Order: sequence, then structure tokens, then C-alpha cells
Amino acid sequence: MRSEITDALVVGGGAAGMAAAVELDQQGFSVALIEREDELGGVLLQCIHNGFGLQEFNEELTGPEYAERWIETVKKSKIQVFTSSTLTEINLLERNLKECFIYSAVHGVLRFTTRTVVLAMGCRERNRGNVLIPGTRPAGVYTAGLAQRMVNIDGYIPGKEVVIVGSGDIGLIMARRMQWVGAKVHGVVEIQPYPSGLTRNISQCLHDFDIPLYLSHVVSRIHGIDRVEAVDITPLKNGVPDQSRTFRQKCDTLLLSVGLIPENELSKQVGIELNPLTGGPMVDSMLMSNIEGVFAAGNVLHVHDLVDFVSAEARLAGQKAGAYLRGWRPKLEVQVKPGANVKYVNPTKVDPTGQSEIFLRPLIVSNHVSLTLSLDGTVIKRQKKAHVQPSEMIRIKVNSKIFDQHTLKGDTKIVVGLEEMD
Amino acid sequence: MAEKTATKDMVCIVCPIGCRLKVSQTGEEVRVEGNRCPRGEVYGREEILAPKRTVTATCTVISGRHRRLPVKTDAALPTEHIDSLLQEIYRLKIEAPVEAGQVLLENFKDTGVNLVAGRRIPN
Repeated sequence: MRSEITDALVVGGGAAGMAAAVELDQQGFSVALIEREDELGGVLLQCIHNGFGLQEFNEELTGPEYAERWIETVKKSKIQVFTSSTLTEINLLERNLKECFIYSAVHGVLRFTTRTVVLAMGCRERNRGNVLIPGTRPAGVYTAGLAQRMVNIDGYIPGKEVVIVGSGDIGLIMARRMQWVGAKVHGVVEIQPYPSGLTRNISQCLHDFDIPLYLSHVVSRIHGIDRVEAVDITPLKNGVPDQSRTFRQKCDTLLLSVGLIPENELSKQVGIELNPLTGGPMVDSMLMSNIEGVFAAGNVLHVHDLVDFVSAEARLAGQKAGAYLRGWRPKLEVQVKPGANVKYVNPTKVDPTGQSEIFLRPLIVSNHVSLTLSLDGTVIKRQKKAHVQPSEMIRIKVNSKIFDQHTLKGDTKIVVGLEEMD
Repeated sequence: MAEKTATKDMVCIVCPIGCRLKVSQTGEEVRVEGNRCPRGEVYGREEILAPKRTVTATCTVISGRHRRLPVKTDAALPTEHIDSLLQEIYRLKIEAPVEAGQVLLENFKDTGVNLVAGRRIPN
């Protein structure tokens, strides 16, 4: 068995993993980047639509193009890349060292000893079991991302008459993609009273094709023995299915776009504390988990809606992992908590002496909202927001100036809230 | 007599921010409000006069490792040409190696829009 020693080991070669690895490499640390698939890029490779890169590269790229920019940077670096390689085990050793076992199709079993690990495994799709759709169990029920992979990577078209459950972005993008490969999409069924994908995708993926969007509706039954034959669609009345208004839609394929969950099987195995609000690791101002030297960034930490934010967050994780390797630690951290109308904030701690960025996920849809930052009960920053909705994450910058450095205590708390205005 | 003004609410699709636009047309004159950048103004104007879309799809690639090559138009294409472009894309068989940005179909239907490869595929 081959044994290696490295300063940093990055788990996952998608947008987050590449950005973290590149940052660490640029700081002069040795980095190993582990990727399960046979090439770098992650989910970007199957996201052939455009809209990526406006923040990172100031131009609009497709997923494969965005991935390629990063892959080229990785190639020019000293990063050791291991594709077709799966990390299965992390053991905690003395002096905060970690021992990682990797099964590689090329090198066999590899044993790495590293000082830091950056988790960048991304997320996975929720499926039929997560949303409990009653009915038979025929072929033709797919998660939207799986169908996307089948069409865009493998070259298979999963069906001809399609109904989509959930109005998440992948579902909307797949509605257009299925239309463009000659299938007919009969509708998108969303349980919430508002769409859960980006507004531009409702416009260009549904309106352009006159695909009905059934808000406050559920798929209440799947019909078909060998193959999906139809689904029942039921409107909700006061949040409860109104069975009297159920209608049947013929289809041969049901695509599920019902949310994403950070992929943390490995994290749990190492004993990393997870945040029940995000499904990802609980991290401090360095994006470090409760285990010293283990960092997390990207969709494994919390599900993002823009890949540009994933890259930015992972670059920060790389920077902080580098600082950690040089022995730097924040002297004091201030806790950040979600306030009114906020589902979660990430990270949950900031360093009051530096510039910080906080991501927050709103719980409401509103056109007149004021975002407030409160420090121990006193509002210290107020910002108007023209439009908020749960599918659009908000990113705010927190400047060290807002803190009175002399009176800060260890138990100081920032609360981020969204106040609805009339 | 004053010309009638037609107003349309739309969502800008140029980038993921999705500005909510109010586009009003009085005769030849088009006014766009709600855009946060100049590209939004162009989009609003075009959307009401002659809508265009960037088309992304995949075509067959002959390569040892890959089956599909992602392709895209290098500019937005007038929507009336989208279906014939898709038919054309699905007939293409491109042999590896392919470079990102390589032109696969030039000046489609005299629109000035090219179809280009969306990634590199080595031999």
C-alpha cells in the first residue's frame, strides 16, 4: 500500500474542491485532491446550460466551461489529483493529524497522512422516499439530476411524456431540456405557493414552452405497472389536499426535483457535528468543523443556488485552512444566529477583527423587506431588499467596523433577521 | 392622437439575479425599467421586439471516453430558428479531439450566430 504525507487533502473535485485546492496550492502547501469520477468537474459537467461564472469570471459560461476554467488552473498547479478514487475512511491521529484511506482504480489502496482535510463532497438529491408519493413502483420515476446526467452525459432520453415534481432549478432546467430533446412536459407540480427555483428559470424554461406550473399542488398517486402511465395531481386547500379536485395526467416519466441534501456520510463517520438547519457541518469563522483541521465548503456545507458562491466560499475555506496550517487562530469569535424570517445563517461564527461574509436563506417571499443585523439586541445595520424568496440565498458582508472592539465579549451574538415592511 | 403604450412585466433572464422588468412600448419607442445593468435594458428591448435565446444542447461525439459533447450558441439566437438548430445539432457527429470554443456550425441561417463546443474532449 502506497503511503503519502500532505499538508492538505481535499475530498471532492467539483467546484468547491478545486477552488479550495487551488487556494491552498497558491499558499505553498502540498495538496491532494480526491475525485470519485474519472475526471474533475463534478455536477458542473452535466449542467450544460449557461448562467455560470458571472461573479467569478465576469461572463456567462455553461457548466462544462466553468469547470474547464478551474481544471486548467488545477493542471497548472502542483496539486496532486487522484481521479477514479474514493475516500472511504478518515481516522484521527495524535497531534491533530488525520489518516485517510483512498481506494483508487489506478493506484489501489492509498494511505494519506494529512494535517488538514477540506470536505467538498457536494450534495445529493432527495428522492421519492423523501416526499412519500403513494402509488405503484413502475419504471420511469427519476430524480431530475439523474435524468440530466442520462441525457447530457450518457446520451439516453429517459421518456417522452413528462411530469415534474418540484420547481427547483434542476427540475426547471430539465423541463426545457426534455422539450428540446423532443419530449413533452405536461406540467410542474409544486407543493409551495411559490416556485422554489430562480425566477429567470420559470421564465425561460416554463413560460417559453407554455408548461403549466401548478403551485400549491401535489402529485398524490403514481399509476402504472411496468412503466409510469399517469399521475394524480391534487390541489391543496389550506395546506391540505383537496381530493375532490384531483385530476389525472397521462405521462410515462416522472422527474423529481424536490431538494438537495448535503452529502455528509463521511462527515458523520468522523464524528463531525452537523447543523440541523443546513444538513451540513457546523462551522466556525474559519469554516472549520468541531474537529480541528477539518474544514467544509460548498454544497456539502449548505446547498447553494449559484456555483460562483460555491467557489468563493471554498476559496475562503482554502485560505483559512492555510492560515490554520501556519498556526493562526481567531482571538475571539462572535456567534451568528438566524432571526425573524431567516431559515439559517452560515457560518455560525464570525471573526470580529476581519471582513466576513454571511450567507442566509430567507423563509419568506416579499418585495419590501429590511435586512437587519442586531448585536446583543441593538440593530447595528439595516439594509433594504427589493425582493427576497427562499430559493434565492442572500449574501451579506460584515465589516469589522460595526463592532466596538473594546466592549466585545465571548458571548456576543449577532442576529440576522428579515423584517417585512408595508 | 397619442399612440397607445403597451406595458409588459417580465423577468430578465440574462443572469441569475433575475431583475423584474417593466417594459413599455409606444410605437417604435421602448422603455425599460427595473434593470440593474445595461444588459437588462438590451434584453427588455429585444424581448418585446424580437425575442432571442442562447441554445445549449449536446451532440454525438466519437471518442473513447465520452458519448456527448455539450454545445452552445455563441450568442442568443432568434427564437424562430431554435427548433431547426436543435434538429441540426442532433444530426451532428463530431470526432474527438475537440477544443472548447471550436466552431461546429458557422453563421447559422445567416443570423451571425455560431454553434460552438462547450468543452475540450481529448482523443
